[in-house]
Amino acid sequence: MAEALPPSTAPGAAPGAAAAAPARRHLPPSLVIGAVLVALVVGVALLSYVWTPHDPARINVRARLAPVGTPGYILGTDRVGRDMLTQIIVGARTSLYVSIVATLVALVLGTALGLATAASEGARQSVMARAIDVGVAIPGILIALVLATALEPGNTASIIAIIFWFIPIAARVTIGPARQILALDYVEAAYAYGRSRAYILWRHVLPNISPILIVQASIMFAAGILVEASLSFLGIGAQPPVASWGRLLKEAQPMIDVAPGLMVFPGLAIMVAVLGFNILGDGLRAWLDPRQITQAGH
Amino acid sequence: MTALVEVRGLHFRYGSGRRGAAAGWTLADISLALAAGGTLGIVGESGSGKSTLIRLMCGLLAPDEGTLTFDGRPVAGWLAAGRRAFLARNQIVFQNPRRSLDPRMTVARALAEPVRALEGREPGADELVAGLLRVGLQAEVLGRYPHQLSGGQLQRVAIARARSVRPAVLYADEPTSALDVSVQAQVLNLLMDLREALGLALVMVTHNLAVVARLTENVIVLNRGRIVEAGPTHEVLGSPADPYTAALVGAAADVSLAGAGWGAGGGGHGGGDGGAGGGGR
Repeated sequence: MAEALPPSTAPGAAPGAAAAAPARRHLPPSLVIGAVLVALVVGVALLSYVWTPHDPARINVRARLAPVGTPGYILGTDRVGRDMLTQIIVGARTSLYVSIVATLVALVLGTALGLATAASEGARQSVMARAIDVGVAIPGILIALVLATALEPGNTASIIAIIFWFIPIAARVTIGPARQILALDYVEAAYAYGRSRAYILWRHVLPNISPILIVQASIMFAAGILVEASLSFLGIGAQPPVASWGRLLKEAQPMIDVAPGLMVFPGLAIMVAVLGFNILGDGLRAWLDPRQITQAGH
Repeated sequence: MTALVEVRGLHFRYGSGRRGAAAGWTLADISLALAAGGTLGIVGESGSGKSTLIRLMCGLLAPDEGTLTFDGRPVAGWLAAGRRAFLARNQIVFQNPRRSLDPRMTVARALAEPVRALEGREPGADELVAGLLRVGLQAEVLGRYPHQLSGGQLQRVAIARARSVRPAVLYADEPTSALDVSVQAQVLNLLMDLREALGLALVMVTHNLAVVARLTENVIVLNRGRIVEAGPTHEVLGSPADPYTAALVGAAADVSLAGAGWGAGGGGHGGGDGGAGGGGR
């Protein structure tokens, strides 16, 4: 059935393209869209280091609450006259910095914990796996709130809170696939030629579960951006003068009747970034999944 | 005769030490001997403990009771003194080469691994190529990944990997049952050829009695973890004394097609090996 599809469904498509490069994998559209959105956010964040429309910290009371489309202030200004576009461009920095640092640290620690759990035996494995399940089950925002309040508010507090939230999740995602790999004969063969458990985890298990970890990372970047915005919105994340999308939302809240645009644009920025990483994750999943590759080959 | 491998009164069960594991032995009261350069077939149905037995013999599992000696010295002593010396002389080939080779390692890397791990040195390219030629593969295979090779080629790579540290005993766990019938004979011929050329002892687990009859001098028949019959292969299979063995032989006779295929395809071994590079798909 699959063989019958190509000629009937795509008569107009250039048949030579597929025939010329049969081994080439088809890029899933979600991968392209996600990559473009993520590139946009990353590009904006990088741009903020070399150029912004206005000085992000500059207060200009005369221009306060300028409406959208005001010359010089395309997205308007807030109640103390800071340029909204500038704030959003600079806020991308905070979002990416917090979510990427926190996610990477959590991913490394969580994966190590997951591998250690998968490789341990008997009662120890059960205890570790259940402990990780408990960690996953505890509402993450609760951990984040407790940690962030206990610490000095700021980006570091957000990062630490997100790390603790994400470690059990990363560990949980690792255990199952790692156990599957550990049951394969090439692992037994490696034991039979004298490789240690640590070597096997590092050189056999980790590379073979890496597609799962890459997908997980992109999903966690998205979640990290959302959590950072939430913590900043609640006032325990980024503090002035550090720009943050979440804090922009918080500051715009009292002005919602007067200047609804102040909420719309930071909200849109968060949406684009979260959506971008999520779609990228979906695309990577499709692209890296061996089953999808075989399907694409038909 | 001095035995290279000797097993006496071996008992084993999975998860021993755990409560409630007293249900029964996976293997009970196993005794056998293997001479240097000798061949031993281990036959029995699925779940009879065949694969467990060779994992014990090559040091992947430890027995609960009984003794296992290699070259006159208890295996426990070998392993305690550093596993490398023992593992280098006892290597194993698994059933399904698609599962026994890491999909993310090239053939060159796979072949180098035992040498690196057990001898602590980096094998030269010529050494790797020689290893490949020995199992009937061409040098160009070195840079390939497992998914680029056929099942027969992969099993040859797995055999070359096990052979790379020059073991004294090669254990083979159903080495052909995951392969196409057309390639099975070639792989079996390769094992026989290696054994004769290198003086390897060969322990082969299989449920294919035709393979045992062709390849091994001695055989043990396992049923539910116990040896029900042991002795020279032609005697045991020719006139089975135990009803279980008789049933196995009878069942094999009913499906003798596989045996016929192996006999016909085999033809003088070494000869049939020439087409190795193409080894089926």
